[in-house]
Amino acid sequence: MEVGFIMILPLVVGAMLGALVLVWWERRLLGFLQDRLGPNRLGPFGVGQMVADLIKLITKHDWVPPFADRLVFTLAPVAIVAAMLMGFAIVPFAPGWHIIDLNIGLLFFLAMTSLAVYGVLLAGLASNNKYSLLGGLRAAAQMVTYEVFMGLSIMGVVILTGSFNMSEIVRAQEDLWFFIPQVLGFVVFLIAGIAEAHRAPFDLPEAEHELVAGFHTEYSGMKFALVMVGEYLSVILTSAIIVTLFFGGWLGPDFLPPIIWFSLKTGLFICFFVLLRAAIPRPRYDQLMSLGWKILLPITLVNLLVTGAVVLLAKG
Amino acid sequence: MISQLVSLWKVFLHLFASNETVQYPSKKKWWWSKPTKVMPYLAPRYRGRIILTRDPDGEERCVACNLCAVVCPVDCIALQKTEDENGRWYPEFFRINFSRCIMCGMCEEACPTYAIQLTPDFEICEYDRNNLVYEKEHLLINGVGKYPDYSFWQVAGKTIFGKNKGEAQNESPPEDVRSLLP
Repeated sequence: MEVGFIMILPLVVGAMLGALVLVWWERRLLGFLQDRLGPNRLGPFGVGQMVADLIKLITKHDWVPPFADRLVFTLAPVAIVAAMLMGFAIVPFAPGWHIIDLNIGLLFFLAMTSLAVYGVLLAGLASNNKYSLLGGLRAAAQMVTYEVFMGLSIMGVVILTGSFNMSEIVRAQEDLWFFIPQVLGFVVFLIAGIAEAHRAPFDLPEAEHELVAGFHTEYSGMKFALVMVGEYLSVILTSAIIVTLFFGGWLGPDFLPPIIWFSLKTGLFICFFVLLRAAIPRPRYDQLMSLGWKILLPITLVNLLVTGAVVLLAKG
Repeated sequence: MISQLVSLWKVFLHLFASNETVQYPSKKKWWWSKPTKVMPYLAPRYRGRIILTRDPDGEERCVACNLCAVVCPVDCIALQKTEDENGRWYPEFFRINFSRCIMCGMCEEACPTYAIQLTPDFEICEYDRNNLVYEKEHLLINGVGKYPDYSFWQVAGKTIFGKNKGEAQNESPPEDVRSLLP
């Protein structure tokens, strides 16, 4: 098990740049989906907007409310971003292009997304504000719920591959991408991934119509930027994991290099996340919970059972 | 669930629909090309900058009745009545403070002589607040505005220079009440 130290810096820079580009691209795409233009004034196609946003966020007054728990309040956004960046460590971008080839890579990813929940929860708790607390509470319950079958839904992939190693999983898809035999697992993982990234339509922790801005109500300046970067990182990470598990990772026809295939697929899923935000309204909180426990969990279990049985029968 | 997928698909199709945005004040075809001026469509009855109009004879329509100043909800209109040698009323000064005006158009509704009118022009920004106070010379135009043929004095029953009682439009001469005596 070797660690690709060379990959760390490009990966961190790339992920941060990706999050920065997403700040602009999400608003632009959202604009197009809603028959308007989005930010288009600054530079070609408005890409200068992300620089402007960055400068604005850096130069803003970084205010910590006097009633907040100062230490935890400061550390929470860092925890979110750190956990999300750690999650990138196991993503294989191309054959051999990964930071660490863990043989429990998938479990590591699940662990890291769970750790990010602590960041959200602590941010809500440390703000000492009722709306933030409600947001943190919702985040905790929602993520605990959705983690259950997020983990279970990818077990079908693990059964088919016989390994938790991400590169192994990608190599096992050379004949058939797993989203065909694992279509139920893919759908459930997609929904759980949105809920884990607390993106619209499952953005109940921040639900701006009910909770001001939820767990990050009290954040401003660069801390707020970190929370936002954490959210965009989790969008990128979830897309990357979906592509790796169900859409053959770097695999694709030979006329493009593997890294391009991987980026293209990931980009497509990021755009799908934006489309979801534009199209689907936010469910009520009890609807979210009953969707999780009453529909998605049984589907996952059935999927797991059937996959296991089919694999066992095929072995004879 | 089906309805969610349908709405996803329908929103996705909007990616290929044309945009509603009007890129006021200027628009570029490509980011390197020169910007061209763009103006949104403004309806003829759009409520923008306020003007004072003249009647078809070129005289001021305003009779300084103060109704506009009374009806104005933000009290942005101030005027003073005076008379000319023929007994015709007109405002000595007429002042609208556009930093207060909310373009509600109530002055236009209240005006009995169609003198005060709102126009489809909203570009009245200034760097100095004082420049937003418009005096009569800024408000008065050399035209009739929306009602080309209307002249208040020609339909009013009041005796005025050049027009006696009963000589107005759609008006018959006053009845000689003595002729009705038996």
